[in-house]
Amino acid sequence: MTNTVLEIKNLKVSVEGKEILKGVDLTIKSGEIHALMGPNGAGKSTLGQTLVGHPNYKITGGKILINGRDLTNAYPEERAKAGLFLAFQSPIAIPGVKISTFLRTAYNDLYPNEKMSLRDFFNMVKTAMNDLEMNESFISRAINDGFSGGERKRFEVLQMIVLKPKIAILDEIDSGLDVDALKLVSAEIKKLHDQNIGFLVITHYQRILKDIIPEFVHVLKDGKIVMNGNKEVSDKIEEEGYEWIKE
Amino acid sequence: MEYYDKDEEIERLTESLKNSKKSDFEFYDTIEPIYSTGKGLNRKTVEEISDIKKEPGWMRESRLKALDIFLSKPMPTWGPDLSGINFDNLTYYTRPGENKAKSWDDVDPKIKDTFTKLGIPAMEQKYLAGSVAQYDSEGVYGSLRKEWESKGVIFTDLDTAVQKYPDLVKEYYCKAIPPSDNKFAALNGAVWSGGSFLYVPKNVHIDLPLQTYFRMNGEQSGQFEHTIVIADEGASVHYIEGCTAPRYNTSSLHTAIVEIYARKNSNVKYTSVQNWSDSVYNLPVKRAWVDEGAHMDWVTGELGSKVTMIYPSSYLRGKGASTSNLQITLATKGTFKDAGGKAIHLAPDTTSRIVSKSISLDDGLTAYRGLVRMNEGASRAKSHVQCDALLINNDSKNYTYPFDEIYEPTAEFSHEATVGKIGTDELTYMRSRGLSEDEASSMIVLGFMDDIMKEIPMEFAVEMNRLVKLEMSKMGAVG
Ligand SMILES: Nc1ncnc2c1ncn2[C@@H]1O[C@H](COP(=O)(O)OP(=O)(O)OP(=O)(O)O)[C@@H](O)[C@H]1O
Ligand SMILES: [Mg+2]
Repeated sequence: MTNTVLEIKNLKVSVEGKEILKGVDLTIKSGEIHALMGPNGAGKSTLGQTLVGHPNYKITGGKILINGRDLTNAYPEERAKAGLFLAFQSPIAIPGVKISTFLRTAYNDLYPNEKMSLRDFFNMVKTAMNDLEMNESFISRAINDGFSGGERKRFEVLQMIVLKPKIAILDEIDSGLDVDALKLVSAEIKKLHDQNIGFLVITHYQRILKDIIPEFVHVLKDGKIVMNGNKEVSDKIEEEGYEWIKE
Repeated sequence: MEYYDKDEEIERLTESLKNSKKSDFEFYDTIEPIYSTGKGLNRKTVEEISDIKKEPGWMRESRLKALDIFLSKPMPTWGPDLSGINFDNLTYYTRPGENKAKSWDDVDPKIKDTFTKLGIPAMEQKYLAGSVAQYDSEGVYGSLRKEWESKGVIFTDLDTAVQKYPDLVKEYYCKAIPPSDNKFAALNGAVWSGGSFLYVPKNVHIDLPLQTYFRMNGEQSGQFEHTIVIADEGASVHYIEGCTAPRYNTSSLHTAIVEIYARKNSNVKYTSVQNWSDSVYNLPVKRAWVDEGAHMDWVTGELGSKVTMIYPSSYLRGKGASTSNLQITLATKGTFKDAGGKAIHLAPDTTSRIVSKSISLDDGLTAYRGLVRMNEGASRAKSHVQCDALLINNDSKNYTYPFDEIYEPTAEFSHEATVGKIGTDELTYMRSRGLSEDEASSMIVLGFMDDIMKEIPMEFAVEMNRLVKLEMSKMGAVG
């Protein structure tokens, strides 16, 4: 098992001229589970979008490194190739673009030397779909087109399983999922965790953190990490909200 | 496997094209024509063409009348700029050889080589019930499987049909599109050469498509084929056209006529994908007469050319006649594609559906110019028009000119139009999974055309796929 380190150093990000992240430091290693919590509008999704290289999120300071390699200004596909994956909070629909073609192209781009046969590839996809209790017919549908909220989330997880990242950021993967689906998704995250993948789990709720217990809990407030702790922090947030945490 | 078989096959074929020279359609041939009328157009040119073809008197007269109409009509000024066409500098008739072969072995080796590079004989073996190949002004090859020949199907170039089936040709020639219709219909009427003649007898259903492939090789030349498709009562047929040309610095002109007669209860599908090089002005006139209970499908892909003006039309003449008109237009750098479908409802219970998808790249310009007319008496007629435009760059442009003339109170008509861009969020989503920008944007473009891609034959889907990928990779950043 190779080890991967994602380092976020004093990261400052502006969106449409407004500073949203005001110096964020965070290090995530293979096999670790980090939870990121914080009030609405704190900048959690902004961090995710910035990490995958969305061009509308302008980095005004700081660095993003994977295994010491500077990816601060890299294209999204270079970050994906370095092992980064984001399950989006609100995955976008792309009409007409079939999941089958999309996944296969992505896989071939990430693993150009593997030359997996068509049959093996789709068997792998179908196994993952079965684990997530997704109907196989989804494979011929267009990306997120007409998907329900929960179906979009499952599709994000499906992509994570198929594309095998090294560090995965899950932005509110638990919201919109029914109780049973949440169990399936948690089980998948645990499987990947066993395979030494590192996680940043962005969430508002305790529920998912009961299944996948984070070693580290961080609280983001107004663009800054205001607390680094462990499971006790998320327990207290569940009880008391964010008021007690000082900026 | 069933879900992704077709996509995968398209993908695989597209990849295989990348590695072969076949993907380059713009190659030149070194074939010296055996005869040409030389530059320019006058009465003598027209008489010369008619003489070479040893035509009957009625055709010769029809040509000369059409010439007068052509000379008397002004250039249309309501659409794209046509001032780059220099009628005096064009060569109107070029004969590549003497031979009209029934077997590829009998085709002039150089010409055969061209069509082999374009993949035509291979396609014929796999997918087609019959095939005609035209090189510059003349059909050089024609074949029809025995099975259909024995059922009375006629499939040949129009020149041959004029000689062999004069009465049948005369019954239909220029009925749907008379030379008086417009300047370019008149031009074709005067100098037409080649094109296909397809007649399907009553109740004959041809299961595989028939195809004509047009290759224009000469510089500053014109190709003016005239095609007539007749599906007699209760017959069904799928007719396909493909066309390409090398690229020159000077302009060529392609002004075809396609007349389709879908007789009572027949079913006709016409598919054409043109990929002319961008030195070609492409100004064809295509029209179908659709009789009672008959159905006409148009599927047209306008991928190449410098300027295209094309408005395939269905005249729904009999009760319950219906038509569907699917069109993709792609305007690359420096090109203007003015296109649209027309449906003329002349009888009760007629229905039409027009779907247009246009894509503009760089400073390419697409315009949708369509017409739906519902005459008084076309009771309960229904029509739906949808036109979607995709603009890839900031300079890309699209205009929409829908003309709706509804004179029947019980008719139903609806129109939807959208204009979109490739969004940063979509691109980022796809790229965050490992796709390059080219790959992501090609996929979005192909996704935009998906409705129509489903309806077109595999070979054309592959060509479409290849072309979109090529154009997107030539382009640099989207935006
Ligand atoms: N594309 C954008 N355009 C304008 N403002 C934006 C954009 N993206 C984020 N913001 C602003 O940045 C701030 C942080 O948003 P972000 O989505 O990162 O919050 P969050 O912590 O994920 O909140 P939530 O818990 O509600 O998902 C908000 O004030 C938001 O309005
Ligand atoms: Mg968020």
